[in-house]
Amino acid sequence: MWRAAAMLAFATIVGATVFSRAAFAQLPQNPDTGEIHALHVQGNVYMLAGAGSNITVQIGEQGVSVVDAGDGKYTDQVLAVIRKLTVKPIRVVIDTSSDPDHVGGNEAIADAGIAIIGGVVAFNTEDFQNYSPIIAHENAFNRMNGTTRGDPQWPSRAWPTDPYSVGPKKLFYNDEGIEIIHLPAAHSDGDSIVFFRRSDVISVGDILSTETYPVIDLKRGGSIQGTIDALNRILDMTISRQESEGGTYIIPGHGRIYDQFEVLEYRDMVVIIRDRIQDLIKKNKTLEEIKATRPTEDYDARYGATTGPWTTDMFIETVYKSLLAAK
Amino acid sequence: MGRGLCLSRIACSFCLLLAGLLVSLPASSQAPPKPPAKPRPVPGPSEFSLSGNWVPYFHEDLLERGNGPELDNYLGLPITDGARKMGLSWDPSRMTVEEHQCQVHVSPYMNRSPSRYAFSEIRDPETQLVIAIQLYIENYQQTRIIWMDGRPHPPDFAPHTWMGFSTGKWEGNVLTVYTTHIKQGFIRRNGIPESDKATMIEHYIRYGDIMTHVAIVTDPVYLTEPFVRTNDFALAQYTPGSWVYSCEPVEELDAAKNRVPHYLPGENPFVDEFAKKRGIPLAAAMGGAETMYPEYQLKLEEMMKPQTPAKK
Repeated sequence: MWRAAAMLAFATIVGATVFSRAAFAQLPQNPDTGEIHALHVQGNVYMLAGAGSNITVQIGEQGVSVVDAGDGKYTDQVLAVIRKLTVKPIRVVIDTSSDPDHVGGNEAIADAGIAIIGGVVAFNTEDFQNYSPIIAHENAFNRMNGTTRGDPQWPSRAWPTDPYSVGPKKLFYNDEGIEIIHLPAAHSDGDSIVFFRRSDVISVGDILSTETYPVIDLKRGGSIQGTIDALNRILDMTISRQESEGGTYIIPGHGRIYDQFEVLEYRDMVVIIRDRIQDLIKKNKTLEEIKATRPTEDYDARYGATTGPWTTDMFIETVYKSLLAAK
Repeated sequence: MGRGLCLSRIACSFCLLLAGLLVSLPASSQAPPKPPAKPRPVPGPSEFSLSGNWVPYFHEDLLERGNGPELDNYLGLPITDGARKMGLSWDPSRMTVEEHQCQVHVSPYMNRSPSRYAFSEIRDPETQLVIAIQLYIENYQQTRIIWMDGRPHPPDFAPHTWMGFSTGKWEGNVLTVYTTHIKQGFIRRNGIPESDKATMIEHYIRYGDIMTHVAIVTDPVYLTEPFVRTNDFALAQYTPGSWVYSCEPVEELDAAKNRVPHYLPGENPFVDEFAKKRGIPLAAAMGGAETMYPEYQLKLEEMMKPQTPAKK
């Protein structure tokens, strides 16, 4: 009798699974719609999603540090969300690259800020005071100011004001050290990652996306090996809290917050795909022959795309060309 | 005209009047009630509780759950081609990599482990209503919190954890739990993956000192259909000792840092080891949804019949 009752209960429950899920609270809609969502990561650091790319803000008594400024379409909403988090002014903007979806809001966000300066005798201090400095690697700066041919030139108010070349560039805001580290030839030749040391959060820009294969911009100096080296460097900087979970959090350019293990799995994927394509190059396979073997098949359902700005084919082709260039 | 017809007319008039009132009410007063500003404890049936220490029966899948699955045995798993490819490329040496050494099984797989499962209740201190059910899993010392107060799940971009984020509700004497935000893990710990897009619905069914646990995993990345597993537990009559998992990753091998052990396509040396050992066709060992169902035995019989050589 008990067995019959259990079987009946089991059958009923399995059959009702479709309906029982709908009764639970629903997740919010996809944030990439201009509706800006703020999530406290840990320590002083928050992530803002929905502005074209993820924006990192560090908040404290000294004011706000902003990593990446979004694409510029939703800057008013971004500033409104920051105002809800704090009334302190924006003090510095840091760009992880020169990509439009990361620097489009540079001018507006920096304009909303205030620079910490001493007295300047020779210049009109108001020009500096009411505008936050923008920090980026000099390669990103050169791509934005027209020095590097082929890149669109941005208005001068959007340019980084404090480019660095070798780094790491070090700041101390809101009771914690901030390291801005250049990772060469990864997503591009102008990549920076930003490490908030006390909050234990790293903002890594487009070196890592949780929704696509790594975007490698060959024309702007990116490479597959540089991407792998960058992911390895990020892994070296992270410490998990326990059992490979928590501890250092990583904010990618797009997608959700990761921890060490998830960066590890992403790194493993990139290495495995690189190894497969490299093996086929050694066997003198053409690009079309390599694509036909589907070297990314086990990851396509998670990271691949057949349409859009970054497809699986584009990724394979980029890895192929990058490996040939390195030979 | 009788009294009955008169009453009927009165009733009819009343209904019409009531309908008219309802139609004329402002839209706002007809709007559904707003959800509470913050989660609040939801009264549950006080006669049902899972509190106590539960230990698993191993009358299902003992060898796989204990010793571990054999390499390249994907029988009975509704996996995609992508999952199969990932399994075939997985080298167990991956677990020697420093950052992999201490990784934990995800909650859908954790339920299969030899472990003590300690259920307890977290109650609102003022009302004593149950806010959450806490589940301590001895294996890897993981704690799951099953929120019972109707709170929403986190947004898409929130971090994932090994145990995920769970909400639950009583459906009669069955605790139904919905879990999201689970990290990437294994469907079977021989390399068959479960993605971080997977979700799980569980039903904890208690009858006396026995509990049946049903877990239904849905993974749009690596499964072609929901995967159902069941486990039985018994209420421990004593307080058992406890495993402690103090894992510290170390570099034990003289091997390159940042290595990623894996097999290139076609170079897995163990691909047919399970099939040969068990005397089944390789296609069966490679899994797929059809291998879950009893009808597959008929197909297996056909596949295992000696093939008649074609006449010249």
